[in-house]
Amino acid sequence: MRRLGALLLAAALLAPVAGAGAADRFITVQSTTSTQNSGLFESILPKFTGKTGIEVRVIAVGTGQAIKNAGNGDGDVLFVHAKPAEEKFVAEGGGVKRFDVMYNDFVMVGPKDDPAKVAGGKDAVKAMQALAGAQAPFASRGDDSGTHKAELALWQAAGVDVAKASGQWYRSTGSGMGATLNAAVGMGAYALTDRATWISFKNKGDHGIVVEGDPVLFNQYGVILVNPKRHPHVKAADGQAFVDWLLSAEGQAAIADYKINGESLFFPNAGK
Amino acid sequence: MQDFGAAFGEAFRLVAALDRDLVEIVALSLQVSVSAVLAAAVIGLPIGALLAVTRFPGRSAALVLLNALMGLPPVVVGLLVYLALSRAGPLGPLGLLYTPAAMVIAQMILVIPIVAAIGRQTIEDLRDEYDEQLRALGVGPVGMMATLLWDARFSLLTTLLAGFGRAIAEVGAVIIVGGNIDHVTRVMTTAIALETSKGDLALALGLGLILLFLAVSVNAAVMAIRRTARHAAFA
Amino acid sequence: MRHSPEVATLASGGTAGRPGGVLPVRGIGLVIRRGGRALLDGIDIAIEPGPLTVIMGPNGAGKSLLLRALASLLPVDAGLVTWAGTAPDRGRAPKLGFVFQKPVMLRRSAIDNVVYALKVAGVPKTERAARALEALRAAGLERLAGSPARVLSGGEQQRLAIARALATRPEALLLDEPTASLDPAATLAIEEQVRRAHAAGTTVVFVTHDLGQARRLADEVIFVHRGRIAERSPAERFFATPSSEAASNFIEGRLMP
Repeated sequence: MRRLGALLLAAALLAPVAGAGAADRFITVQSTTSTQNSGLFESILPKFTGKTGIEVRVIAVGTGQAIKNAGNGDGDVLFVHAKPAEEKFVAEGGGVKRFDVMYNDFVMVGPKDDPAKVAGGKDAVKAMQALAGAQAPFASRGDDSGTHKAELALWQAAGVDVAKASGQWYRSTGSGMGATLNAAVGMGAYALTDRATWISFKNKGDHGIVVEGDPVLFNQYGVILVNPKRHPHVKAADGQAFVDWLLSAEGQAAIADYKINGESLFFPNAGK
Repeated sequence: MQDFGAAFGEAFRLVAALDRDLVEIVALSLQVSVSAVLAAAVIGLPIGALLAVTRFPGRSAALVLLNALMGLPPVVVGLLVYLALSRAGPLGPLGLLYTPAAMVIAQMILVIPIVAAIGRQTIEDLRDEYDEQLRALGVGPVGMMATLLWDARFSLLTTLLAGFGRAIAEVGAVIIVGGNIDHVTRVMTTAIALETSKGDLALALGLGLILLFLAVSVNAAVMAIRRTARHAAFA
Repeated sequence: MRHSPEVATLASGGTAGRPGGVLPVRGIGLVIRRGGRALLDGIDIAIEPGPLTVIMGPNGAGKSLLLRALASLLPVDAGLVTWAGTAPDRGRAPKLGFVFQKPVMLRRSAIDNVVYALKVAGVPKTERAARALEALRAAGLERLAGSPARVLSGGEQQRLAIARALATRPEALLLDEPTASLDPAATLAIEEQVRRAHAAGTTVVFVTHDLGQARRLADEVIFVHRGRIAERSPAERFFATPSSEAASNFIEGRLMP
């Protein structure tokens, strides 16, 4: 009798574990932590699932990891914001075709006391130069993500060698956006972040946006179907349905409708 | 400082409301970690018993290695399991990546050395007591292992508890192989990591308090079982 | 002869090496060395079926080691042990009951300890419970059958250990100072239990350093001194006229450093 009870207990414990992931129709999307932390997926994905019955499972990691995972075939769709890397991914045969989906922008955030005196600026590159000049602390993601790559491009445009300053006023956290923002707030440092993550971030401390609106801070998102010819198990039909939906009027409207405090975080620009 | 107060508040709020997401996450955490510990016990206890009962050249090296493996970094195990289960990897076709099963596998790997190493010590202590008598009765090495495992079962419960503690508390392995997918592979620790990265420290801490309470409850339950056993002189 | 017909049959068949039998147990040239000293120094011994043999000698003489070596519980550095003419093997161990000075009980009930021994000996499942109960009854322990063995008193545990050893119907029962840690009442009970087993046909080898106990029990005495057998004779002759100096010192109560 005791043995039977033990068996039943074991079955009850293991069943959900064994069963979960086996049922339902779903696709796996490799995307980034910034996109997930912004809350976008929670808003738009139910609309897609409601329409098609396809569940969307999002793996949110750093951009580099997302692309690598997709390259390994561990996902059906790649949805990141690093255009050069994405185009390379397609060129190498990892993906079928890249489409623009939406953009948001980066903003620079900093402490209220603003040691580098950059608040209110509209010129990102000038602000970076001011930071370097004042040797004001700056927290970088340092993780080869879309955000990180954009940040490095700006430093280069500003003519600043951050590798030399690494460990002094330039702090490379090697982490996701949220963790880097936590660090920035914690040490009174400036940081570059996408607006969406910042708006929904709950640990702002006394930090605020210091520079925004500069066209160079434009952050383009792209979606790519993982190449089913290379990875035959990829759910090509359902994955393509998701891509098509994102690009469709409905999907684009869903993206535009996602707002926090009445403010849109992402701006749809498919096919533009 | 106010985060701590807010944390307790969040914790109570979630528990009192029996928040559906919370219940789901707690249930999955328990299912994954308990399954992992049970699986680790099936593999690790016989290994520990074997090492306790047999003597062979290289045994001390094996013991040193086993003890060292107790300190396997979870994130490294996660990475290795990911490489094995990835579509590009050897076990890819099984389609286990990003499922609770993958999380169980990763945690099981983390727990096996603990169960085997600590189990071995527990069983060896008992063996010192039983060895001569059992041999006098005509018990062979296999019978010795089985008898020691059974008679030491209550002490071994503590060994399993140590394994459970390791499993329920780790995040490095499950976040890589599970992907922290909402409603599918999100457990307490990965949820805490997520809320932290969203800056919602009060919620993260609140979840942490609940996790702590969970771990304490499991330990208390096992201790109670042991106390009953000791009274019956079976421990 | 005080022995039953069954033992007589055993005795005659035993010397020739009955298949599955263990008697006679022989030790040939047994040597055990520890730290440079010879604790058993070339012992030749044969345990034949029948008598209640007491192995006696001062502490450190090597009696315990000798008994364990004969039971194949520890390896010898030189020499040979045989059971019924062949090398000792695990399968026949239940035919040689062994009782230690401190009883070792498994963490289960008294009767389950006996059932365990029967299981190891290959007794079919359907017979185990009955035979275990019978063994407990013979030891006067049946009312403690369901109690956890480890809560029993020292004396009761030792009686249980003997009952457990006897349950597999061994040809011989070897006991290593079984009453050394027990009070007189318990000692008496155990001596009674051993005598009854012997009367029923089990050969007994009993190690003790207690002179009185030896006098009470022995048919035959083997006196061990400094790793050697100093003397082996029938009990009456041994106590009346010991032929070795060591034995006579021991009987007279003189210490021999």
